[in-house]
Amino acid sequence: MANFVSNLFRSNRKLTVDEFIVKKTITSFFFLFVFFAACIWAWKWVRRQPSQNGSRSDIHAPLRKVLNTNEIIFNKIFSENHHTKTYPASAAVKNVRPNGNIGMSKNFDTATWKMYVIRTNGDTLALTLNDLKKLPKTDVTFNFKCIEGWNQITHWAGVKFSDFIKAYGLNAEASMKYLGLTTPDKEYYVGIDMASAMHPQTILCYELNGRPLPWREGYPLRLIIPVKYGIKHLKRIGTMYFANNRPPDYWAERGYDYYSGL
Amino acid sequence: MQLPMKQIVNKHPLAIRWFHWINFPVLGVMIWSGLLIYWANDVYKIGFGDKTLIKFFPQSFYDVFHVPFRLAEGMAYHFVFMWLFFFNGLLYVVYTIFSGEWKYLVPARGSLKEAWLVLLHDLHLKKTKPPQGKYNAAQRITYTAIIVMGIGSILTGLGIYKPVQLGWLTAMFGGYKMSRIIHFALTIGYVLFFLIHIIQVIIAGWNNFRAMVTGFEVVRINEQPITVEPASMAVNEPADSNEDINENEGDSIVIPEPE
Repeated sequence: MANFVSNLFRSNRKLTVDEFIVKKTITSFFFLFVFFAACIWAWKWVRRQPSQNGSRSDIHAPLRKVLNTNEIIFNKIFSENHHTKTYPASAAVKNVRPNGNIGMSKNFDTATWKMYVIRTNGDTLALTLNDLKKLPKTDVTFNFKCIEGWNQITHWAGVKFSDFIKAYGLNAEASMKYLGLTTPDKEYYVGIDMASAMHPQTILCYELNGRPLPWREGYPLRLIIPVKYGIKHLKRIGTMYFANNRPPDYWAERGYDYYSGL
Repeated sequence: MQLPMKQIVNKHPLAIRWFHWINFPVLGVMIWSGLLIYWANDVYKIGFGDKTLIKFFPQSFYDVFHVPFRLAEGMAYHFVFMWLFFFNGLLYVVYTIFSGEWKYLVPARGSLKEAWLVLLHDLHLKKTKPPQGKYNAAQRITYTAIIVMGIGSILTGLGIYKPVQLGWLTAMFGGYKMSRIIHFALTIGYVLFFLIHIIQVIIAGWNNFRAMVTGFEVVRINEQPITVEPASMAVNEPADSNEDINENEGDSIVIPEPE
């Protein structure tokens, strides 16, 4: 038998049908086997690679590279003119589902709260809720999407982020690549590309269903950014800053897509 | 007694075999990573009123496949392998169009009726089956449907992935929630397809399976048709030379060494 097979591959003579069948079957199955072996090798190789920042909670670097490439590709279709579908305020649910309270520590003094805006020249603005309420109010009722897969039509109101930038003359800041936000206790933090932050439906939000934000929804001020998953809608804004490099992002450090754009 | 002569008939082009075998692990990773994502909001079930027939999925199922708390990992793999799934599928469709293979694959006139006869035959409710080309009518319908399903998965997937920037796509499938349901249902469809596919491949036998790897099928050109009348069985009993791989006079067709 072994002799018969080795003869098939050695000689240049013409083969009978049976010989041809055996030879072709052996070679074809060999290539299929090599292909599957290569798949398994590639799979194991990816899962051996460390994460980009060395964190064990993050995904393997090759996966992260593709996610970052996806961002570049899908940014080509990003447009401010693509708005999330809006609904009448009456379509909004009454019981809004809170999800996650990282960064919402109990010892928080609402009376002394201010939003600190770190300008590129080093100055820091300290703004109260009343400062923001003086600016034009914008509301949005949209289908809020959690990265877990659930969604809810909710009604929010506050200052459009781009209005805020204009009103405080933060043009130099808005020309940078990223917006960074952290909670007052620095426990939760997000980074957002500037195009998404400047999208006309992004608001610095202080009202839910026409009433001040409930505590669990990020009183006194949170971000509502319909072009992103809920993980980017940081509750209880403490500090706002601007950067050309990606600001740290809580969930991106735990394996999620940094961009998380919808 | 003359032995039946074997002939090699080319069945599947090399390109189609590769698209098929590449799709197998890629779709596998897509379904697995999709399951990791689905777990984070596993709200679907089949039932009526308060009665649940099937819950997607029971905890024991999740435990067996180590599904819980791997949403981030699932999303990462899903959004990497989506490219392989998309390009492999696209190349397959383009290839079938330009090679003319589509003619064997799309349903022809009368395919629906014929597929019914194939089904009755496969379920052993009917002895004879309609004459077949490369693919029977049931295969034509199934293999075309699976491509439509693939397109559906990609479009609903994009609608869930970018529901703002591609909002028109999300709306086309009835909104965000409905897109997610369709995306999920199609995946259940792939799993059912896979199970039936495997059973059919096992029933069809080695010659058929080998064709998906080597490309050719072996037919015996002077084989007597096996008739069902008992009287003729003894006379026309075909000689089986399957195990006979040594050279013999019966196999007289010589195929030149392929380059």
